[in-house]
Formats: sequence, structure tokens, C-alpha cells
Amino acid sequence: MFETLSTRLSGVFDRLRQRGSLSEADVTEALREVRIALLEADVALPVVRDLIERVRTRAIGQDVLRSVTPGQQVVKVVHDALVEALGGEGAVGLNLQAPPPLPILLVGLQGSGKTTTAAKLALRLKEKERRKVLLASLDVQRPAAQLQLAQLAERAGVTSLPIVSGQAPLAIAARALETGRREGYDIVILDTAGRLSVDAWLMAEVAEVSAAAKPAETLLVVDAMTGQDAVNTARAFRETVAVSGIVLSRMDGDARGGAALSMRAVTGAPIKLVGTGEKLDALEDFHPERVAGRILGMGDIVGLVERAAETIDRADAERLAARMARGKFDLEDYAAQLRQITRMGSLTGILGMLPGVSKVKAQLAEANVDTAILKRQAAIINSMTKAERRHPDIIKASRKRRIAAGSGATVPEVNRLLKQFDDITTMMKRAQKLGEKGLMRHGLSALMPPGAGRRGF
Amino acid sequence: MALSAFFSRLKEGLQRSKQKLADGIGAAFIRRRLDDAALAELEDLLISADLGPEAAARIIAGFRRTRFGKEVSAEEVRAALAEEIAVILAPVAKPLTIDRAHAPHVILVVGVNGTGKTTTIGKLAQQYREAGLRPVLVAGDTFRAAAVEQLQIWGQRTGCEVIAGKDGADAAGLAFDALGQARAAKADVLLIDTAGRMHNKNALMQELTKIVRVLQKQDATAPHSVLLVLDATTGQNALAQVRVFREMVVVSGLIVTKLDGSARGGVVVALAETFGLPVHAVGVGEQAADLRPFVPAEFARGLIEG
Repeated sequence: MFETLSTRLSGVFDRLRQRGSLSEADVTEALREVRIALLEADVALPVVRDLIERVRTRAIGQDVLRSVTPGQQVVKVVHDALVEALGGEGAVGLNLQAPPPLPILLVGLQGSGKTTTAAKLALRLKEKERRKVLLASLDVQRPAAQLQLAQLAERAGVTSLPIVSGQAPLAIAARALETGRREGYDIVILDTAGRLSVDAWLMAEVAEVSAAAKPAETLLVVDAMTGQDAVNTARAFRETVAVSGIVLSRMDGDARGGAALSMRAVTGAPIKLVGTGEKLDALEDFHPERVAGRILGMGDIVGLVERAAETIDRADAERLAARMARGKFDLEDYAAQLRQITRMGSLTGILGMLPGVSKVKAQLAEANVDTAILKRQAAIINSMTKAERRHPDIIKASRKRRIAAGSGATVPEVNRLLKQFDDITTMMKRAQKLGEKGLMRHGLSALMPPGAGRRGF
Repeated sequence: MALSAFFSRLKEGLQRSKQKLADGIGAAFIRRRLDDAALAELEDLLISADLGPEAAARIIAGFRRTRFGKEVSAEEVRAALAEEIAVILAPVAKPLTIDRAHAPHVILVVGVNGTGKTTTIGKLAQQYREAGLRPVLVAGDTFRAAAVEQLQIWGQRTGCEVIAGKDGADAAGLAFDALGQARAAKADVLLIDTAGRMHNKNALMQELTKIVRVLQKQDATAPHSVLLVLDATTGQNALAQVRVFREMVVVSGLIVTKLDGSARGGVVVALAETFGLPVHAVGVGEQAADLRPFVPAEFARGLIEG
């Protein structure tokens, strides 16, 4: 989509360049493309209009035509405007400056992810802030909703308010806060039933709960996939309770998340957290600059790099690189590398964070990187002695038989692994001999041992 | 719930949410020539209903050809536009028919998280019971906390048997066993709930294909229906959802939920144009009776009328 927007824009500007001057009408044409891109990302129409106006003034002021890629430059202006509209750079934390028990109220539509968010938030406050948290579900509408929170609380290792059946939300809230005071909790998280913004009765109920509990934070939980209705929902909740922050759930999906912009614009409340997965630790700070890129279809590159960094043991990788540079690379290192590759195994999952990479994903699937084989190879290496791993040359027939038996593999499989390792070390030696210049001249093919291309694992 | 009560409820819901849009059209078109500016406003109104910029532009383009430059009243515009949209939707309005000969007719219910799969199953169970069929429910969402209990409560409400495994049990294995039990018990319908899954999580999507594979070991024609449950609040991402779920399993139809809110679910129009998948029913509330047939004219009017 980023490419699409850039291409679209460069098409517009190519025509412009021939004429040599940039009129307001020209910018308008470019902004029409931007408008479509934003609408396709589910940014609400009134918000899009606002943004376009802001971008228009800035784009006209800029010397767009002289830049090498005017399209890119407009994208940057749009990107900056988006970051600003999303709250500027950097994350906004929760307000935890209130006497305990500090109440946090979660509100939102049905199925927006409130209960999961409640449990994630409790875990986060417990782990990162070292707070004693009590979870309470006020959801008496959906069957088993209270039980769901109780089970999630148990998974998170957080206490949940005992369920008293037949109790009304207001009474549950009072009981939760009373328990919080009596038992010395720092924070009481109140999860509410999902409610439609048009449901006057339920909206009145949540207003009552809010008035009684006086929450320090009222978080509106919004599904990142929400469409144009985001403005209606935001408006209705803002008019009912004092929304102090927004939690954007399901950002691990491939929705572009334009709702974030709508929500922020209508409520004026900062987006404080994003849900990025089904696991309870998948709740992260919100970074406007990343989501701006995503809305424009640039993908959350920073998030991707962070995830990759989490998966790869940096120290391990550096040690490996140093050893490779010194020409010392043994089976021990190879095994370490295999481990990293298997850990990165969910590569397709990580790629899922990037909108518009479905093609790459399909290619990856076709390439058929079989992690099972990698695991098998790791097993074979694990069955070797330390000496064998450091000096693979000593592995002869009887050692091969022992290794094969120990790892549940066959001797040909052990042979294949050794041959492959041999190829790798040969390749490394060549790389060193060629040096950087040689590599440039001969390309990567100079590294390949003869016939390496044909043989798989 | 009595039908009249339902309609008044639906109308009430629609009225509140559609009022603004209707006002917009009214203000834009009273005694007015349908010119460029008017058409642009109309296009914006469609976009606000989640039709998406492309579908909205297409519909307006069609409108321009036939009615450009004419003096029209707000009422005429509404009726004509609703008609235009209803024509697009007409081919996809197909109720889900149960074939008792399958004994049981296996329905797999899929979708992303939080769209209302379990609630929809509860409602379907109720309808099938009332139609004199014997449905059996399968608590195939073994992942989400208390999802099993949620379905069990629906089972009690509707008087249907619920087959459940342990938390975290293999959903495919459970589905396999359940089909065996349902066949032996000569049930008419087997409604299989599944865990919500984001369509861009490949591993989770593969799980779905596994459920289908093991079902087919018992009955090569199963599942006879695969329902994708779609939240009406969802925007353009619905297109991606439908596309990917279709790649994984043979989605036979859609159920659009939460239409009683302020969201209008206009993406259904784009879906109808793109995929032509049947829309079997719409959800308009949390009670068992709140699952209604999809009526194109009604839905189209809901998109643009008060």
C-alpha cells in the first residue's frame, strides 16, 4: 500500500513536473490519493477531511517539485501529520498517581477485547510496576464473562474478586473497591460488559458505575479493525464517561488501524496501550510514529525489528560473528545458529505484522523452510561429544554409528550434516580469502562450493 | 420474543443510528440539483457507512450516469440509492438451509476474535430447536478462558446438548469425537464453535484446516456449512478476513453481527461485490431471537435511511 500510495503520487507528480509549477489544484490531486489511502485504512471521514486540510497547507508551502521524489515527500508530510494527530512521538503512560486502591475502569463495545485487556493490564501492573492488583468483572450480560476474567486472573497470577451471582454491576464495583481498601490492593481493575453506544440503558449503567467508582483511569478498549463507526463509539463513550485513555486491541492483526486516529481525534484522549496478541504479556506501549507508518501502509517496521531483536540472542550472534571472522566455526556454533533459526521459525507470523506482505509470505511458504529438518540436525549435533563438535574431523565410522543411534538418525543423515558443515566452512574460508572487494567482483556465487545450489538440507 | 417487539426494537436501534446520516442526506438534497457537489456528499455518506472508498465511488458513478443534473428530492435520492444497493445485495441474500439427510448437517463457525461466534451459535441452536430439529453444540473454542462455559450456558438456555473437552484440548480431536457422537445420537445439526483467530496468524489458520480434515474422516461431505461471523463494526479489514478465511476453508456464508449498534456494516456491500458469498443472517441483539434473515432492501435502507 505504501508502494501504491507512493506510485500513485509519483504518477501525479510526473505529470506536474512537465509543467514545472505546483498549483493548489495539483496538490489537491495528490491529496485525493492520500484521502483514498486513509479511507482504506478506516480512518473516519471527518478525521480524514481535517488531516487533508492540514496536509494541504503544509504541502503547498513546501518546495515539493524540486525534490527528487515529490511523491515521497508528500508521504512524509502526511506521515508527520499523522504522527502529530496520533499524539506526537513517544508513549503516554497510565496515570497511577492516586491513593490506593486506585480504580481503573475498562469500557467498550462487545467483543472489543476488554476482558483480555483487563487481565493483560493486571499482569503488566503486577510485573512492571510491582503493584498489588485486584480484578473484578462487572459483566453480568454475557454468559460466563465473570468466569472468563476469573480464569484469566488465575493465569496472570492476580487475584480476582469472588463471583457473587445475581449481583448488579454497581454493587460489584462497590464490593471490589471495598475489598481493595480492606485487603490493601494498590489497583482495582473494573471490567465492564460490552455495550453498544446506542444502548441508552447500558450506557446509563456504566455512567453510574463511573460516578460511584471515580476511576483514576477510564480506558476505552477499541478493536483495531473498527471502521467508520469508531467516531460514533468514541463520541458516545466520551459523552457518558470521562475517557482518559484508549487501548487499541488486536494490533497483531493486519488491519491498518485507522480507528486509532478517529478515536484519538474524537475523544482527545491519548492512546496508551496496544494489544498485540492472545498471550497475556502481549500488551505494549503505543508509539504514534509506528502506527502512522502502518496507517499509510508502510508497516510497523520498528515493531518488526524489535520482535526480531527479542528472538535473536544478541550476545550469541555477536560471538558467532567474531568466531566466523577469525575462521573458527565449529559444530557447536552451527548448533547455536540452528537454534536461532528455529526460534525465528515463526517468521511468517512476524511478517504478518506488515500489511501488504502477503506475497512475501506466500513465497516463504513455497520456499518450504522445513524447521523439522533443522531440529533433527540440532539433535544430531547434541549427540556428539564436545571434542567431536570442536573437531569434526575425528568423526569416523564408529563415532557416526554412535551419533546416529544417540539421535535417532541414520548414518547417511549424519554424513549429510557433516558434508553440509564442511561446505559452510569452505564457504567461509573463501569469503575471507576474497575479502570485501572480491565479493563485490564475483558476487555471492564465488562463495558456493561446486554443486551447492542443487543440494538441499 | 414476539416479532412485533423485535421490529420495534430493530427500528428503534436503526432510528437512533441512522438519524444523523439521514439528516445529512435530507439537508443535502432538499430541492436540489444532483450535481458534482451533491454526488460527492452522497459518496461521503456511503463511505461513512463503511462501504469503502472504492465501492462508494462505483455506486455513485452508476448514480451519476442515470440521474446526473436532475432535480431530486431527498426522498427520491434515498429510495433510488437504497434500490441501487439492494440490487447489489440481492444475489447474496440466501438463508442457510439445513439438510436433515446429512444426519447431522455439520456447521463449522469461524471468525476473528470477538465477532460473536458463540452468541451466534446459541441463537442458531434456538432457531433450530424451534423448527423441531435436534441440534448438538460443540465447544470447540478450547483456547479462550470460559468459552466452554459460555456455550454451555447457551446449551442450557436452548435445551441443547453441548459436547465439550478439557480446556486447551485439541479442537480437531474434539470435533471428530463430537461428530461421531452426534451421528450415533442421530442429531440433525452439529454446530461447532471455534476459537477466534486472527486471519494473519498462519498457524492458527492451519488448525482450522485440520478440523475440516478430521471431520471428513467421518463424513467426506462435512462440514456442510462453514459460517464466517463478521462484526458489523469492522471496517475495510473485513475484506482481508473473508479473503484469507476462504483460502483456508470453504466458507459457505456470512453472518453479520452487532447490527443493532451505530455501525452500519456497509462493508457487506463491498464483500458482496468482491466475493459474492451468501449472507445468511444478521445479528441485532444479545438474545436468542435476535438473529434475523438478511433482507437486502431492509439492509440497504438501513444503510441510508432513518
